[in-house]
Amino acid sequence: MMPVARPAAWDGGVCPFAAGWQRVLMWWFIVGDGLLFGAFLAAYGYARLIATTWPDSSVVFSLPYLAAMTLVLNTSSAMMASGVAAARRGAWPTARRWLLATTLGGVLFLGMQADEWRHAIAAGARLSGNPWGDASFGAYFFLITGFHGTHVLLGVLILTIATARVATRRATPLGIELVGLYWHFVELVWVFIFTLFYLL
Amino acid sequence: MSHAATTVPGHDQSHPELGFIRRYVFSLDHKVIGIQYIVTGLLMALVGAALATLIRLQLGWPERTWPLLAQLLPKGYAGGVMAPEFYLAVVTMHGTIMVFFFMSYVLVSGFGNYLVPLQVGARDMAFPLANMLSFWIGALSALLMIASFFVEGGAAAAGWTAYPPLSAVATAVPGSGMGQTIWLLSMAFFIASFTLSGLNIVATVFSVRAPGMSMWRMPLTVWSYFIASILGLLAFPALTAAAVMLLFDRHAGTSFFLPAGLVVGGRHLTNSGGSPLLWQHLFWFLGHPEVYVLILPALGIACDIIPAFTRKPIFGYRLSVWCLVAVGALSMVVWGHHMFVSGMSPFTGEYFSIATMTITLPMTVFGVNMLASLRGGAIRMGVPMMFSCAVLALFGSGGLGGLYLGNATADMQLTDTYFVVGHFHMMIGGVTLMATFGGLHYWFPKMFGRMMNETIGKAHFWLTFTPFFIIFFMQHFLGIQGAPRRYYAFTAYDFLRETRIQNLVVSSCAMVLIASQSLFVVNFVWSLFRGAPAADNPWEATTLEWTTSSPPPHDNFGQAELTVHRWPYEYGVESGDRDFADQRVPPGRVPVTA
Amino acid sequence: MSTQTSVFHSSTVALLFAGLGLGGAWYGASIVMPSLASRHGAGIDSMLSYLLVTTGILFVAGYCALAWFIWTGARRRRIDQRLTRRRTEWLVSGALGLAVGLIAEGGVLAIGMPVWSEYFDATPPADAVTVEITAQQFLWNVRYPGADGQFGRNSAAAMDDVSNPLGLDRADPAGRDDVVTQNVMAVPLGRAVRLRLRSKDVIHSFFLPNFRVKQDIVPGMTPEVVFFPTREGSFEIACSELCGLAHYRMRGFFDVLSPAAFDRWLAEQATPTAGGPR
Repeated sequence: MMPVARPAAWDGGVCPFAAGWQRVLMWWFIVGDGLLFGAFLAAYGYARLIATTWPDSSVVFSLPYLAAMTLVLNTSSAMMASGVAAARRGAWPTARRWLLATTLGGVLFLGMQADEWRHAIAAGARLSGNPWGDASFGAYFFLITGFHGTHVLLGVLILTIATARVATRRATPLGIELVGLYWHFVELVWVFIFTLFYLL
Repeated sequence: MSHAATTVPGHDQSHPELGFIRRYVFSLDHKVIGIQYIVTGLLMALVGAALATLIRLQLGWPERTWPLLAQLLPKGYAGGVMAPEFYLAVVTMHGTIMVFFFMSYVLVSGFGNYLVPLQVGARDMAFPLANMLSFWIGALSALLMIASFFVEGGAAAAGWTAYPPLSAVATAVPGSGMGQTIWLLSMAFFIASFTLSGLNIVATVFSVRAPGMSMWRMPLTVWSYFIASILGLLAFPALTAAAVMLLFDRHAGTSFFLPAGLVVGGRHLTNSGGSPLLWQHLFWFLGHPEVYVLILPALGIACDIIPAFTRKPIFGYRLSVWCLVAVGALSMVVWGHHMFVSGMSPFTGEYFSIATMTITLPMTVFGVNMLASLRGGAIRMGVPMMFSCAVLALFGSGGLGGLYLGNATADMQLTDTYFVVGHFHMMIGGVTLMATFGGLHYWFPKMFGRMMNETIGKAHFWLTFTPFFIIFFMQHFLGIQGAPRRYYAFTAYDFLRETRIQNLVVSSCAMVLIASQSLFVVNFVWSLFRGAPAADNPWEATTLEWTTSSPPPHDNFGQAELTVHRWPYEYGVESGDRDFADQRVPPGRVPVTA
Repeated sequence: MSTQTSVFHSSTVALLFAGLGLGGAWYGASIVMPSLASRHGAGIDSMLSYLLVTTGILFVAGYCALAWFIWTGARRRRIDQRLTRRRTEWLVSGALGLAVGLIAEGGVLAIGMPVWSEYFDATPPADAVTVEITAQQFLWNVRYPGADGQFGRNSAAAMDDVSNPLGLDRADPAGRDDVVTQNVMAVPLGRAVRLRLRSKDVIHSFFLPNFRVKQDIVPGMTPEVVFFPTREGSFEIACSELCGLAHYRMRGFFDVLSPAAFDRWLAEQATPTAGGPR
């Protein structure tokens, strides 16, 4: 039973990919959380398949407005990447500015999301039904965007804390990187929601 | 933190002068957390066993009245007769408690927390704080679940699978009032707790193994926890999503699981657009992998106990690891075999049938490896070994029952009968229960520094395994005779009249089984205080936890440097007066054979 | 420490496993299924017989092997052979795994699949007796289309447990000759039965033990089953999906009658005095 040749990274004593347990934990958390969104989206797909009167999202919602929301979140995510890079270089004042900008992007996105909800509710959309067609349409809209919005809200809180920690010089590059991982994930999920719920 | 990749978690927390609360209640030590989980799980098992007693009393003697129970439980036993709604609540809670709060806690979170860091040579779990949170969220969830018995309408009564509309419409059954809501909330907490624990196990195995502890030197126990935890992380989100959606259906007016045109108890519902089948898909997407989350650690534990008692390396170590991986992967794509007669397309049914049968291959190979590990060994039939043989036996008979249920054609007659009840009790009930007892006897000296009593242990084995096997073996055949599950009584049907005697035998054996658990409780408590002091390595075993003191110090291995030199099954070698070499013995002293 | 155990003790454990294996097989062989009364049921029974025989043999062999290894191992002071060559390990376990896998998969493909497709693909013959079953907590509403072969319209909105449990539209001429009963149904021998299943409230499952018919009724869906009774007699309908308090006594009666007796029975049900729960 001679062991076959393999990279030393898996031999113990060090973490494979030099990742460190914090990143490993974060990656797996993201996988699990991603699957949670996956389950909601799969349920939505199932409901849409059995529905007879599924409304056309592009009629109900304003696509340019949604494109703007997507742009805001994408930009915020890109600024986060710059913030992580700055933190890694040790350029903390720069990192702080990028993080602040990222947070503001998140807040702006939340505001736009809230406005979209306000419009939908004003037009008669409820959890139990909506004026456009199948009752599930409104329910899944509120469920999925609400769940994503909760993630953005949580991200904004975490970003605020991270910014404060950078300002008081208690942050670590790894910590900022983990926040970044989460924020990119929230942005990536939005791309899926945008494509599957609004575009298709 | 730039050297995060090489920091060893737990190393900086070895302050011996912690107070009682920090050391035993809100402890960060994985060993304490593991024991907390085990004790919580065992207490929940007593609740589950009490519920099983009520079920079997009702099914064995359906015409009798129970004045004593009427006094103890005036609501459930008005006039001495068990109320049908109470029966359904008891069945539901028995399943929920045993699957989630006994097996998951003791076997996965309990033994997993205790063993994984010790066996990979880590000083603690990767993230001790999350570990502590995991336990306390888990304890809260268990308390919440118990509390649901005392709300208006009683505990949830829609079965542990909680199929809507029964679980979604408050008036469909008394337990679907507040009880079902609390059930869902408790499950949400449970999943949060289980996820934290699973994340920790995965990260620990992945990133904080000791130098020399390569993947191919991990004991099968660690492998099984690693794969089970990954499975849990991948599968549980589906149930979380389903639980959130069901809560919305119950309280916010959505119709995710409710179609149009329902008339429940004469009341017209206004829901429309949902599908009850969606819940079944989401539930079983979790539910099937979940049974492997429970059963893989049980098999892993048995695989580590067997070599220590046959004095011979495990048979087919790497093959067994690949089997675990294959089974884990396959378990994610076979959930539909729980839904063959649900109205799902028959083509989908055939797919799920064929896919399910492929699981036979890796699982048989794994079982044959276990069996072949016994062959040619010098067997010492200690109590842990007795229970490990029981694991193997139940795994064999339960697995063969799976051939019936995974086969859509046979399942058409057998689904939702006692065949299913017998099958899953042998697998996620029996394999896990026997591994729990075997594991507790085996690691008790490591956990508490004292041995458990062998004589009581042997008596406990005979009075546990024999009735257990008879009960659930007979239930398979009750199913073949057509007896549907979740029946309050079998008295209403002519075709079930002949099952009367069998139910009497099953109930009598169940009483023996449950009563004999007092032997274990006595043994556990007595040994805790009066057991013979244990040596560091009482079973002459090879894995790392036996190379440290019993019980291990806070940082597990003291200040000594820890390097792993060999695989975990180095039995039957010449090493002075010993016939084994633990994983830390350098190659210079005993040749490394794997 | 206490690692040495007596040969006697180990031998009793070995005998326990051997005894459970042989005793289990003996007990299992004595069990009979509810007597068969449908054509496709013969296929399901042969599927089950195949499994009972193959798994029975594997079960006894496995338990006896376990007992034998314990019996001999308890008498051994030194182990026979330390390590097996990896190729041998893969060959032995792989071959056995493959064998059991083939037994399982072969059963599905060779025996199960034809029965499955015969059952589900069957286009109902033109002379099939069509019956609509509407399940509710806790009874079976049975409806025959009557002489015109057409079911009258009904709607959930018009359902009322006391006066109109099926929500029938009284104005629809197609519904005038519909025959409605509760918990009792009959079919004539010699014709296929086509059941259209619906549920008003929660999931029920229509189970005819003697006919090897079991179909969940998920509300919102209308599954159909087609089968062919093979003998006259009186049989029971059971619910096999948890549906609430009286799930255990949601009993119905399913009678297979001679064609003449069936026509008489149906005519009796159609008169206003007859019908209703039996």
